Amino acid sequence: MLLPEPIQNLITALERLPGIGPKSASRLAFYLLRAPEEISTQLAEALTALKSQTALCPECFNIMLAGRERCEICESAAREEAIICVVEEPLDVIALERVGVYKGKYHVLHGVLSPIEGIGPDDLKIRPLLARVAQGAAKEIILATNPSMEGDATALYLRQQLLPFGVHLTRLARGLPVGGDLEYADQNTLLRALSGRQEMN
Amino acid sequence: MPEKPRFFRATAVVLRHSDWGEADRLLTLYTREQGKLRALGKGLRKMRSRKAGHLEPFTHVTMQLARGRDLAIITQVETLNAYLPLRDDLRRTVQAAYVVELLDRFTYEEEGGNPAVFNLLTETLTRIAGDDDPWLVLRYYETRLLEWMGFRPQLVRCANCSREILPEDQFFSPTRGGVICLRCGIGLPGLWKINVDALKYLRHFQRSSYAEAARANPPVEIRKEIEALLQAHITYLLERELNTPGFIRKIQPGS
Ligand SMILES: [Zn+2]
Ligand SMILES: [Zn+2]
Repeated sequence: MLLPEPIQNLITALERLPGIGPKSASRLAFYLLRAPEEISTQLAEALTALKSQTALCPECFNIMLAGRERCEICESAAREEAIICVVEEPLDVIALERVGVYKGKYHVLHGVLSPIEGIGPDDLKIRPLLARVAQGAAKEIILATNPSMEGDATALYLRQQLLPFGVHLTRLARGLPVGGDLEYADQNTLLRALSGRQEMN
Repeated sequence: MPEKPRFFRATAVVLRHSDWGEADRLLTLYTREQGKLRALGKGLRKMRSRKAGHLEPFTHVTMQLARGRDLAIITQVETLNAYLPLRDDLRRTVQAAYVVELLDRFTYEEEGGNPAVFNLLTETLTRIAGDDDPWLVLRYYETRLLEWMGFRPQLVRCANCSREILPEDQFFSPTRGGVICLRCGIGLPGLWKINVDALKYLRHFQRSSYAEAARANPPVEIRKEIEALLQAHITYLLERELNTPGFIRKIQPGS
């Protein structure tokens, strides 16, 4: 049976979202069809507002409300300008903010370098980071990309680019996961955990 | 026909990974037993995953898989060689990326295993992780891989008229994957010049073991020429540019 066009359009649009296959897309579309109208109206409004009412902070490239000059963290006088924590995605900022101990600023790259996928430095917000560091306020840069091959490659590239500025470069410590079991740890994790061991006396 | 067992084992190198679903990863593996294979790694993106560290690109692993409806699912995995230096040095990372991209592009699923190609892959990763001359490691890998994929460059006889090639400067045809003699070369379009020394080194790589090939130390101009010729031939065969060489140009200082 051929589905009426409006339903098929929604299914096609949902299928493009990450993690959603044809089956989930159909299930969501038919759910919305049966649900009270306000559910789809709210969803539609939220989707439109998502793009029209948000923007990227011109300094750190985190997501912020449209119309602001800079994001709340960049504007805050309580945050240290001397430290910049470089992350892959806006969600990483949220994760770090939840911990509540970091008092510096951020820089969101919006991705990672990937040689195989052909994602190079100009596809990320790397040039603006270098421009920020060149202004001289930053004294320490924390490279907080993910501990994956791509995250490591990005950190190595940033290191190469940032060394000439004479800033203090650090990388988030890597070690054994909480609740993990030593015997299941891979060589990479064990090596980093060993080299990053801490004084206990 | 007896039903295939639900679980099977494989020795593999992880070629690439991509995000899949909420927290999973889709892995492209090159296995010793059945060649290229795509498999699902459940929960690999979770920080607590026990398997994630074993399933990063370039890792040489032994694993158990379960046959799923569409994709095999990795149930157990253990590292045989993590090639740790590949992760500490950008030059080594991108060269390893080139090695796996090339293999990924030349192979298809369900072609069956080729232990010689699998060994070439692990040996090449070991060499990149070590202190071998990286240019030589990669050119040797390209020459061997082309041969195993059925595209052995024709370097002894003219790829057009089959006459024996004389030891002097000749032409090279990226589309035919071989040397063209001076007589044929005059009328044919799309030919590159090949220096007699470049030709000698290419022939040497083709017929030598790695240990013998590794004794060669061509001058810079010849290195550039050989690299460009092989790259042109590979691009022609794959019908599309590879991503890694472009990436290497983009990260070079001063670019
Ligand atoms: Zn900001
Ligand atoms: Zn000829």
